[in-house]
Amino acid sequence: MRLTPKQTPSESTKEQSQTGLSRRSFLGHSGIAAGGVAAATLLAPPMMRKAKAASAVASAGKAEVKRTICTHCSVGCGVYAEVEKGVWTGQEPAFDHPFNKGAHCAKGAALREHGHGERRLKYPMKKVAGKWQKMSWQDAINEIGDGMLKIRQESGPDSVYWLGSAKHNNEQAYLFRKFAAMWGTNNVDHQARICHSTTVAGVANTWGYGAMTNSFNDMHNAKAMILIGSNPAEAHPVAMQHILYAKERNKAKLIVADPRFSRTAAKGDQHLPLRPGSDVAMIWGLLWHVFENGWEDKQYIDQRVFGLDEVREEVKKWNPAEVERVTGLNEEQMHTAAKTLASNKPGTVVWCMGGTQHTTGNNNTRAYCTLMLALGNIGKSGGGANIFRGHDNVQGATDFCVLSHSLPGYYGLSAGAWKHWSRVWDLDYNWIEGRFDQGSYEKSKGKPVKPMNTKGIPVSRWVDGVLEDKANVAQKDNIRAMVFWGHAPNSQTRGQDQKKAMDKLDMLVVVDPYPTATSVLPDRQDGVYLLPATTQFETYGSVTASNRSLQWRDKVIEPLFDSLPDHTIMYKFAKKFGFADQLCKHIKVNGEEPLIEDITREFNKGMWTIGYTGQSPERMKLHQQNWHTFDYTSLEAEGGPAHGETYGLPWPCWGTPEMKHPGTHILYDPSKPVAEGGLNFRARFGVEFEGKNLLAEGSFPKGNELKDGHPEFSDKLLKKLGWWNDLTADEQKAAEGKNWKTDLSGGIQRVAIKHGCAPFGNAKARTVVWTFPDRVPLHREPLYTTRRDLVADYPTWEDRKSHYRLPTQYASIQQQDFSKEYPIVLTSGRLVEYEGGGDETRSNPWLAELQQEMFVELNPVDANNNGVRDGGDVWVHTPEGSKIKVKALVTHRVQAGVAFIPFHFAGEFQGQDLRSKYPEGSAPYVSGESANTAMTYGYDSVTQMQESKVSMCKISVA
Amino acid sequence: MARMKFLCDSERCIECNGCVTACKNEHEVEWGVNRRRVVTINDGEPNEVSLSVACMHCTDAPCMAVCPVDCFYQTDEGIVLHDKDACIGCGYCLFACPFGAPQFPQEGAFGDRGKMDKCTFCAGGPEEDHSVAEREKYGRNRIAEGKLPLCAEMCSTKALLAGDANDVSDIYRERVIARGSNKGAWGQNLAYNAAGNKS
Repeated sequence: MRLTPKQTPSESTKEQSQTGLSRRSFLGHSGIAAGGVAAATLLAPPMMRKAKAASAVASAGKAEVKRTICTHCSVGCGVYAEVEKGVWTGQEPAFDHPFNKGAHCAKGAALREHGHGERRLKYPMKKVAGKWQKMSWQDAINEIGDGMLKIRQESGPDSVYWLGSAKHNNEQAYLFRKFAAMWGTNNVDHQARICHSTTVAGVANTWGYGAMTNSFNDMHNAKAMILIGSNPAEAHPVAMQHILYAKERNKAKLIVADPRFSRTAAKGDQHLPLRPGSDVAMIWGLLWHVFENGWEDKQYIDQRVFGLDEVREEVKKWNPAEVERVTGLNEEQMHTAAKTLASNKPGTVVWCMGGTQHTTGNNNTRAYCTLMLALGNIGKSGGGANIFRGHDNVQGATDFCVLSHSLPGYYGLSAGAWKHWSRVWDLDYNWIEGRFDQGSYEKSKGKPVKPMNTKGIPVSRWVDGVLEDKANVAQKDNIRAMVFWGHAPNSQTRGQDQKKAMDKLDMLVVVDPYPTATSVLPDRQDGVYLLPATTQFETYGSVTASNRSLQWRDKVIEPLFDSLPDHTIMYKFAKKFGFADQLCKHIKVNGEEPLIEDITREFNKGMWTIGYTGQSPERMKLHQQNWHTFDYTSLEAEGGPAHGETYGLPWPCWGTPEMKHPGTHILYDPSKPVAEGGLNFRARFGVEFEGKNLLAEGSFPKGNELKDGHPEFSDKLLKKLGWWNDLTADEQKAAEGKNWKTDLSGGIQRVAIKHGCAPFGNAKARTVVWTFPDRVPLHREPLYTTRRDLVADYPTWEDRKSHYRLPTQYASIQQQDFSKEYPIVLTSGRLVEYEGGGDETRSNPWLAELQQEMFVELNPVDANNNGVRDGGDVWVHTPEGSKIKVKALVTHRVQAGVAFIPFHFAGEFQGQDLRSKYPEGSAPYVSGESANTAMTYGYDSVTQMQESKVSMCKISVA
Repeated sequence: MARMKFLCDSERCIECNGCVTACKNEHEVEWGVNRRRVVTINDGEPNEVSLSVACMHCTDAPCMAVCPVDCFYQTDEGIVLHDKDACIGCGYCLFACPFGAPQFPQEGAFGDRGKMDKCTFCAGGPEEDHSVAEREKYGRNRIAEGKLPLCAEMCSTKALLAGDANDVSDIYRERVIARGSNKGAWGQNLAYNAAGNKS
């Protein structure tokens, strides 16, 4: 042992010039380079000599550098993964990536742990007499397959439920939806149902597409931002880079509407702590001030908005006193916020789960859109509805409609939609039809409809598909087998019922990199199978970020343990079921792995509705290799091989790849030609309604030759306009009798765009949706409300007999008064360290260490009134008889009368520790009660989104 | 001559803990040892502020002054490092440190990372650069590769800056100018109205 200090430590460094640059030469360069970086980006990443450092490492010749995208949220952060001898040894910041500039949150900065995967599910396993047993892939596929075929024989294909995933890449998501179609069911869904389904429905029904209109980067141009039920500091931390950039560089004002004083609210100019579930009242309250003061954009409304007068009638009721009674926000707060939005334009609205996860979710999302339309903020740089999606590929999986109500590209389930996809798949429509149950269990307009054309059971209700009396379910039989393919069970409400359903099933199958809480929740002793899937770092393909950009991922490492990529597992099942040849008719299969690029090319041939047609594998790879050429704010490549294109070719990227459409950075922005990413609102709802014109008036994209609103394009319209001969002879053959959505040649789109027109027509956005339960969004009290005084004035809907094949309760629950026994409003949200159900992130020790306890946030008033001390154990009880045992965190972050619980935890159930039930060595490092064990009944009236943001509870000391 | 410094821009820090896991990732620091952590003051209250804190690599470092076995040393660029072979794990440095930077492994005095562990500014230790011994005791040596600390490089909002003090202060100064200084300007509230009183 040395007891003398070293006086000349730098001596050793002088001698090691063989490993990169010496410390001395580094210092020599640092000052000069740093100035350059800081001036160039104004965001000044602290890195000073990136280019030199990278070349130094590369010249050492050890590590191979892969370009991938973080899998933890939809911001889509770029990552450099260093791989040596097949081992993921280093993670370097991608300073040249246009979305994140090298930055990461806790999850992104801990990505490399995926290369360790110690707590992964390592082999196919099954439960036999209560014990986990290893098995081979072949045996697993055979056993599960035989069981499913038996159920299919007895109860029809709808008795097997295929629950897919927002963690699949685009190619896997597309193949999964196709796979379910060939199994013959619409009982297929994924996480989008329970995160943003109300957004997709509400927004698409307002102006055409149900996606984020602008981008994180474009928020740099905002002058005002209102975040509603969105906490990016925890859920999308790198989005905060862009939000704070706007605040710092553009002097943008930030308003945060959230019942909690969140980490994001702490960065805001104004916090609006609304009562959970009072969003519509708050928005109409803001609009009340806008209309009262004439702050609306009248020209914009005249040209581009339909039905706002009906909204005005409703808004009149929301005077400041009534708004305060319902939301708890006073006149001064509302006036200030409205004025900020009205006097700082362009402004943008951001919303997340706090707005969507309600029985009234579709009303909330439409109200947010209406506010922005009245202010004239949609279709403008710096404006827009910047809806932050959740999982890394939830946007892509939504677009490919791993959903029970549509085929890929939002084509729906009509015969026409099936015929379109049969043509793309080059399969006989009658064969596909024959795969489905031929019975009929529902009527539409008095006529019987077949299961092939009726919405399947959504993931939020699969439990009822199992437990509900067979006579009440609009399909042949109950669900008997459930496949959780990349989906955590603790993201769904009503934990007790879910456990019951899991125990009742004939068969329970998990396909996932981790065993997930599904493996421990039920008491069943057999009939549970666990199949190890890889993460996205062990395969490759494309992923769609929240802003609609498609990014290509390299494969970082080979599959760990005995795991297989999801598309390989799909192929194995298809082979077992006998439709592998049809599934992969035009997709090359290497061994048992379908070729990713061929899958991309196949969906390119069919996704005309939303422009997933121009993003060929080659174009996406070109963007991936040229991250550095895309601008940090406009996302446009300036020079380089992708010159003029927008990063990731955000959809719609119209026409064929050969047409070289640059992608659409900002939806509905008429300041550019359609050929350069310009657009207008979609003509989706006809050309007139109740005698009034629905088409745009005097507003059109630059270069539009029609210079006015117009309907969507079809062969007939082209002929009428005299543009038919602009099609080539081949295109004419393909386009005859088709429209812009079904012409597989892309000719109709090409010619429309050539004349400066959007293929989908040019209409007004509508603030009245006549096909929804509420034409104009109305405030309706949550089913479980503590405010009985408001129930009479703002009641929920009547119960429904069949909504997505199931009876759905509204009024019958709201009529019951639980407010005396359960006086505290219960809401839920996220933590930065974890994602979704948390099985993956709680298995990462670098993350798990930072958040080791499930907790409930209580205001000191509620804590003291219930005898609760900070840090003590408490029970949170909810009206349906569930209870969870968690730690109390006493804080002013929540208002008196509101309790907050984070989701992500699992492994404990109503006080019972389930850790011993995981397969050996695969229990996550941290476990806790699931928030959704306690969360109660309640589903959106349009999409069956679950209510997980408002319930009621009582707190008792444990 | 450079002098390496960290600076955490409290107006930008959102307590996302990216810096903490970046450090874990780069150095595979064991459970229980946090070379860097994020401290939040006024948690859940108006004027909530978060700051990422690690060893500040003091110019006249108190830990160096008090260490009974003189295990600390400072590199030419001002990075404070220590020799784990010499360290006796007494904890006197923790006593002296104004920032609580020294960490002590849970698994006894002879855990994986030696007796005392702290932020190295990603500069390793006294062993030969990139040697196995250096890696095992101190983690990676990014400085010798010409890179800067990963915590700052990966910071989600670019709140945490690391590098030559002159460059860091240039970057920060530029931000302060961009934010402006008129009433209500970003950052002014914290500087002149720390109690968060409404005007």
